[in-house]
Formats: sequence, structure tokens, C-alpha cells
Amino acid sequence: MSHHKISVTVNGATSEDEVEARLLLVHYLREVRNLTGTHVGCDTSNCGACTVMLNGQTVKSCSVLAVAADGADVLTVEGLAADGEMSPVQQGFQQCHGLQCGYCTPGMVMAATGLLLENPDPDEDEVREGIEGNLCRCTGYSMIVDSVCWAASHGGAGEVATRHAAH
Amino acid sequence: MGSMVGAAVVRKEDPALLTGRGTYVDDIRLPGTVHMVYVRSYLAHARIVSIDTSEAVAKPGVLGVWTNADLEGLPPNRSVPGMERPCLARGKVHFVGEPVAVVVAADRYAAADAAEAVLVEYEELPVMASIEAATAEGATPILDGLDSNVVLEQVLSATDAEAELAAAPHRLAIHLKNQRCAAVPMEPTVCLADWQASGLTLWATTQTPHHSRNELAAMFGLSQQEVRVVAPDVGGGFGAKASCYPEFILTAELSKRLRRPVKFVETRSENMVSMVHGRAQSHDVEVGFDDDGTLLALRVRITQDCGGWPDATGIGLPTLTSFMSGGCYKIPVIAPSFRSVVTNTTPVGSYRGAGRPEASFMIERVVDHVAAELGLDPLDVRRRNFVQPGEMPFATQFEGIVYDEADFPGALDKLLTTIDYAALRADQAARRDDPTAPLLGIGFSTFVEMGGFGPTPLFEQFGYVGGWESANIRLNTDGSAVIKVGTSPHGQGHQTAFAQIVADELSIPFDHISLVHGDTATVQEGIGTMGSRGAPVGGSAVFQAAGKVRAKALTIAAHMLEADEADLELADGRFSVKGAPDQGVTMAEVAVRSFKPHLLPDGFDLGLNETAYFEPKNLSYPSGAHCCVVEVDRDTGFVKIARYVAVDDCGTVINPLMATGQIHGGVAQGIAQALIEEVRYGDDGQPASGTLVDYTLPSAMDLPRYETDHVVTKTSFNPLGAKGLGESGATAAPQAVVNAVVDALGHLGVRDVEMPCTPQKVWRILAEKAS
Repeated sequence: MSHHKISVTVNGATSEDEVEARLLLVHYLREVRNLTGTHVGCDTSNCGACTVMLNGQTVKSCSVLAVAADGADVLTVEGLAADGEMSPVQQGFQQCHGLQCGYCTPGMVMAATGLLLENPDPDEDEVREGIEGNLCRCTGYSMIVDSVCWAASHGGAGEVATRHAAH
Repeated sequence: MGSMVGAAVVRKEDPALLTGRGTYVDDIRLPGTVHMVYVRSYLAHARIVSIDTSEAVAKPGVLGVWTNADLEGLPPNRSVPGMERPCLARGKVHFVGEPVAVVVAADRYAAADAAEAVLVEYEELPVMASIEAATAEGATPILDGLDSNVVLEQVLSATDAEAELAAAPHRLAIHLKNQRCAAVPMEPTVCLADWQASGLTLWATTQTPHHSRNELAAMFGLSQQEVRVVAPDVGGGFGAKASCYPEFILTAELSKRLRRPVKFVETRSENMVSMVHGRAQSHDVEVGFDDDGTLLALRVRITQDCGGWPDATGIGLPTLTSFMSGGCYKIPVIAPSFRSVVTNTTPVGSYRGAGRPEASFMIERVVDHVAAELGLDPLDVRRRNFVQPGEMPFATQFEGIVYDEADFPGALDKLLTTIDYAALRADQAARRDDPTAPLLGIGFSTFVEMGGFGPTPLFEQFGYVGGWESANIRLNTDGSAVIKVGTSPHGQGHQTAFAQIVADELSIPFDHISLVHGDTATVQEGIGTMGSRGAPVGGSAVFQAAGKVRAKALTIAAHMLEADEADLELADGRFSVKGAPDQGVTMAEVAVRSFKPHLLPDGFDLGLNETAYFEPKNLSYPSGAHCCVVEVDRDTGFVKIARYVAVDDCGTVINPLMATGQIHGGVAQGIAQALIEEVRYGDDGQPASGTLVDYTLPSAMDLPRYETDHVVTKTSFNPLGAKGLGESGATAAPQAVVNAVVDALGHLGVRDVEMPCTPQKVWRILAEKAS
């Protein structure tokens, strides 16, 4: 298995690492960068628990090779808060009880953040469509939809994600 | 300070989980950890001829490969005596996915590579992937030493009700299927074992850490103080994480052998064949009734597909189905019986509701069948047969199964205030005459289930030490409180709910209360979180422990104020003399004083640190009335949920926000069972739904906005009056949806649609009726 040197910026911090060609971005984030907030919930790219932002776009990090992220700027759930204050999306999930076990939550929060970057004022159907690729087994989704709508009216995607996307 | 119980406060749990700072088992890093990966059987029923591990052992990074033969003396997983499942297949595999060998390597990629290099030679045996195949004439017994695949048969009544059925003016025979479902918690099974000279620590995705500790200690011949089981943040369970899995035992054993921490992380594809499935029952029902729909007799013959090995919990579930088969109705005679059948499929265990949704689906479908047979409104049949509020507590014919306080008709009445039933029926009639309009169906579910699992005599039958729950509360010297509780939440919000209870009882600010759970090293004996027992049993233990702390604090306050205890009141964090509010001491001052022996009566027991074990009088019985309105597309058979209205009676509501979340999540799973989900196998035992591509969980696009409300009838079986709510939605929803789908097609003479009511199934029915 060939190894490659990559340089990836995650939540503003750049690191050079030697990785196997087959290493998935999600495992790079979790095992190499020790950022365990991004979760793995399936092996068929259905669940979205591993959703992160890669150069301003949401991606399922189980479907990206770490080597493909060489030179990229990645934003994970750990990087969303600005100066210790949770982003509007994170706050919305707490205010509207958009999470229970919390396992899908980081991916769901990232997907919702990506949605609000593209569409700052989505209606309920647009929210449902926007998070369709993220599965939650606890909430039945209604309160997640409410959480995203709450965020839309309280600052949207938030400062960090907006800056990341503009970069 | 207003009451915290009943307040919709946001959760204490959330900030960590929302910022990626939660701690799930796979997030834990121990130096030197190595990774275990299974070699799993790709055949459903086969004899193992040989296992060649030579190539795998030689792979880079591999520390070893083990088969059953290499682990002699390792005890099997506990189950029905004589039917225990070995951790690795012993000579024979019973289902696709059964572990045959394990590989341990430096990282999980290397371990997976090596697992692929293990060569297993099999000799195929006849596969019986269904109840029909496993019970056919001449079927090969799957379990060694047995002469049949029927592993358990029980009759739960003295009569078969034949006389009453024969005497009834009307009699119907109905066959119902409660299909096999998968729990699919978003976090699969993960464990990390660290066996040191001082003993074993296992971090695991479990709902029952103390129970797991007891089992592991017994298996390994360790004393319980040498075993620590930790359930940190756990990513959902839904009952399926209440079972003990072979990987818990294997990682422990291999950590002992390798003297390193060993981690196992299940992939989702593994999870779909390894984690226990749920439901998997079929029911042959006969019901006798009179002209006005009064139910006279019910006979239910249950067959449970228990999969390739009987699961310790799973094997008990048809008993619960039997007990609940009468639902919320007064039926003079009920005759349930069941048999459990081993098949070449994944073992079956608990899944949200665990035995009760099967009963509720059955009786609620039966009631609709009776209504259809007589041409009556399904609500009239329900009302005619309800157990009335004045008849509570209601002793069913099953010993010990006594429904607590409830108002079945009241819940239905409240439901009907939120839907305009007459208008819906008119709309339905109009659409039937308009071929361009989708068909409308209205379905009801007036259900009752079991919550608050305990008491001890019942829970012992599932292998637990007891059916009580424990709580300890201690006050720090600044008056802040730490609760330790024996329940083990995995999304339920116990940190928040239990802090609300303590805030009220001790008049301590909610923000000054924290919760410790899920660690056998720090938490006193506990049972766990399953069977909707968190609030009614765990919450009641917290309530009682708080009462003990309060009583002791009162004694100290009275001493400090030189007043009579009876003259003091506690409000806003302060004990004060009634009528003289200036004379008082704060809870923090009392807490400090509790550690000052020289300022307390001689011999006073220091500290404010009290433990309570709460044993419920009986199970509680959450109930309610749900209504589902569906639209059925005439061209595609697609069923759209137009409305879903839920009125639940869970007794006392501790946190309306979290209660709503529990209803939503349960209803979502119930709708998914009704319309979407089914674990399927080919005749050869190959899973046809082994990934999330094939076993499609509902997304936000598939589920409706739910309308929820409560009626509150407090239970007298515990001091909080809470009945539990976690499983009500999943228990109530399947039949509400299916009754609606059948109702939409009722004018075509359709009486039944089997779950899941997929577009293909519904379209076929429509096409058949059209031709």
C-alpha cells in the first residue's frame, strides 16, 4: 500500500501527515487528527454522520480519500463555534431539542450549516430536502427541521462557516 | 422558584454533543490499543470443515488469529440453558454473519485485510431461513442436541377459548405478521477492553453496564469488584443494546492474552447481520364477538422467529405479547400461546417496545377487522369494549398484570377534539368518487403498553438482579448536588430530567446539579435503561433519594435555627421558619454544616449523601390514542402520511420538550415499520437487507410533522406518577398507519395489507381490484 504526504487544514490548523492511499478522510480526521466529533454510522454513504465541509462544500467524509483532501481546507463540528459560542445551528439544535443520542448530530449540524450557506431562508420542505442525506434514528426529524429554521432566523450558518465558505 | 418538573428546559447534555466533544466508545484512546475484526460466515447454515489462518497470521501488523478451537474454556454467551451461543462458531454456523474467527492487528485496516485472508472451508447444510422452513416436516434441527427447531412452547391460559369462540354470534380468523425489523442505532456496537492485573475494564455500547459487569465477572470467574463496565455516551440503543454480545467477551479475553487494550468497532454492514433484530412474530388469531361489536373471546397463537440462537432477552418477548394481547379492552376470555422457532437468521431480541408493539398491532387490527365485518365505525367498536376509568386499576386475567390508572376513552375524546372526524369521512367519500384524487384513509390506534420495567420478580425472569433502580445524591459544601443513577441513558436526557426532579425536591438551582451514570466503578448497583423505566423507576429512585437528603437537611436546618422541623419550610433554596421568613438558612449553609461535627448534635451522621433503591409496585401502563390520515396514490400505490396526531398518557410529564422528542422518535420508527422497513432473507438465508442501501431508514423526506398532546392520569405505582414514554410511539404507530391504509382501500373490499405497506404492495392490490 503506497503512502503519501498530505497537507490538510482542519478548523484553521494545518498539518502534514503521511497516510495510506486508501485512508478515508473520516478516518484521517478521527485517527490522525484526533478529531472524534465526526462520526461513522454506515459504510455505504447513506447516513451522513461523517458530514464535514471541504473547501466550502458539505461532503460525506467517508466518501473522500484523505489524499484527495491534500491542500484542502476542512471545517468539522469542532470548529463551528466562534470564540466558544456555539454557532446558530448548534444553538438551534439545543433550543428546539433537535438531538437525542447525539451520534448523527455533528453530521446533521454540518449538513444544516451547508444548507443555510446555500439557502439562508429555507422553508420546511427545503430543510427536509436539504438534510435528506443525513439519517437520524432518534428524533423523527420534526425537531431537527425546527432547529434549522430557528438557526435561519438567528444568524444562519454562522460566522465561522461563512468565513470558511468564502475562503 | 417555579416547579422544574413539567418545565420545557433545554438539555444539559447538548453542548458537548453539539460541539463534537461527546465521548462515544470509539472516541476513547488508550495507548497501545489494537483492533479486533471478525471473520464472519457468508453461509446461513454450514458445517465448518477447516479454518486456515496461516496466510492471515503472516500479514503485516497482525498480532494473532483465533478460532473457537483456540479459545477453549471461553464461556458462551448466556441464554436458555443448553442453548448458549459460543462466542465463535463451534463446528457449525447458524446464520450469515455469525463470527467464525477473530483477527487482532495494529490498526483496523490491517485487521480487515487479514480477516479477508482467513480461509474457511464449509460443508453446506439445508438452510431454513423462515418459520415455515424451520418447522416443515423433516426439517433439520439447527441447534445440536435438539430434535426440533421449536425451542420453546408455552400456553398462557387455562382454556383455549374454543367454547366461547364457538358460542359467539360472530367469529373471525385473522392471520397477522409483525415483520422482522432492525433497530439501527446510528452508532453500531463498539467496545474497548483493557485487562490489567487489577481486573478488566470494558467500555461498551450498552444500555445495561451493571448487568454486563455481572455477566462478564461470572464468565471469567472474576469478582465483581475486578470488573468495571463503562457506557459513556451511547449513540442510541432502542433495546438492541440491552443484549450481551460475543465481542464484549472476546475483546476482554484477547486483551488478557495480548496484555494490551483491544477495540472492536462494528461496521454498519456487520451491524445489520450481527445486532439483534426485533419483532419477527406471526399471529394466528380467532376472535368471537356479537352483533354490536362487543368482544367475547380471543385466541392468539404466536410464533416467534428467534433467529439462529435464542437470545436471553428475545426469548422472553412473546410472553409480554401474550400478556398485552387484550389491549385496552375488556375481553371475557383470552387464550394466548406461543412457540419460538430457531431459523438460519440473525438472532432476535429487544427492539423499542419489545413484545408489546406486536400485541398492540394485533388487537388494534382485530378491532378494525371486527368493525369492517359488522359495517361499524372502528371507533364505535373501540368505545364499546374499552376498560373504563372507573375500573382502574384493572386486573387482567394474567396474574400480576394489573393496568394502573388510565383513561382510555378520555384519550380518544381528546384526540377527536383535534381532528374533524366527520369532515375527514366526508372528504374520504368525495375522493372515492373522484378518480383523479388520491384515496384517503383514517386509522386509529387506542393502545396500552407496559412501561416502568420492574418489579423484581418479573425482571428476574430476564436475568437481571432486580427490577428496582438506584440513585445516590450528595450535596457538596457549596450546596451543589451530584446525582449517581443506575439507569444508563443513550439519548433519553437523564442529566436534564433527573436534575429537574432534584431541583424541585431540594430547591437547588437546576444548573447546580450534575449526573453521573453508566460506570460500575462510580455508580452504586444499577439495572439500566430499557422498558421505558428511566423516568418511572430511575426517576422515582432519584425522587426518593432527594427526599432522604431533604429530610436530613431539614434536621440540620432545624438544629441551626433552633426550631422545630415541623415549623420549617423549604423554598427558593432556603429553609425558613414559617411565618418568619427572615429566620432561615440556605441549602448551602446546611450543606457546610453537615460536615461540621462540633456544630451538630453528638453522633450526628456527617454529610448529605443518601442512596435510595426504588422498587415499583408493578409495571406502569402508558396508553393513548393516535390517529393517522394517509393519502394513497391510485397510480403508484405510494402512501403519504397526511396527518399524524398522537395523544399520549404517560402520567406525569417531567420535561415536555423531551417527552415530545420521545413521542416523535417512537412514532417515526412505528411509521417506518408500517410503510418502509423489513429485514428480508432469501430462501438460502442470504440477507436481502444487509446495508443501509437495502434496509432503508426513513429520511426527513419520508416522515411527517407530528401533532402531539397529552392526557395526564398519574400512576399510583410510583411516587412521581410517571408511566414512561420511550416505547409508546413505536407501539402505537404501526397499526394507526396500517389501519389508515386498509381504510383507504376499504371500499374495494380490502381487509388487510401486510407490513410494510410499500408502494409495490399497495399498487398490486389496487391493480388486482381494478381488473
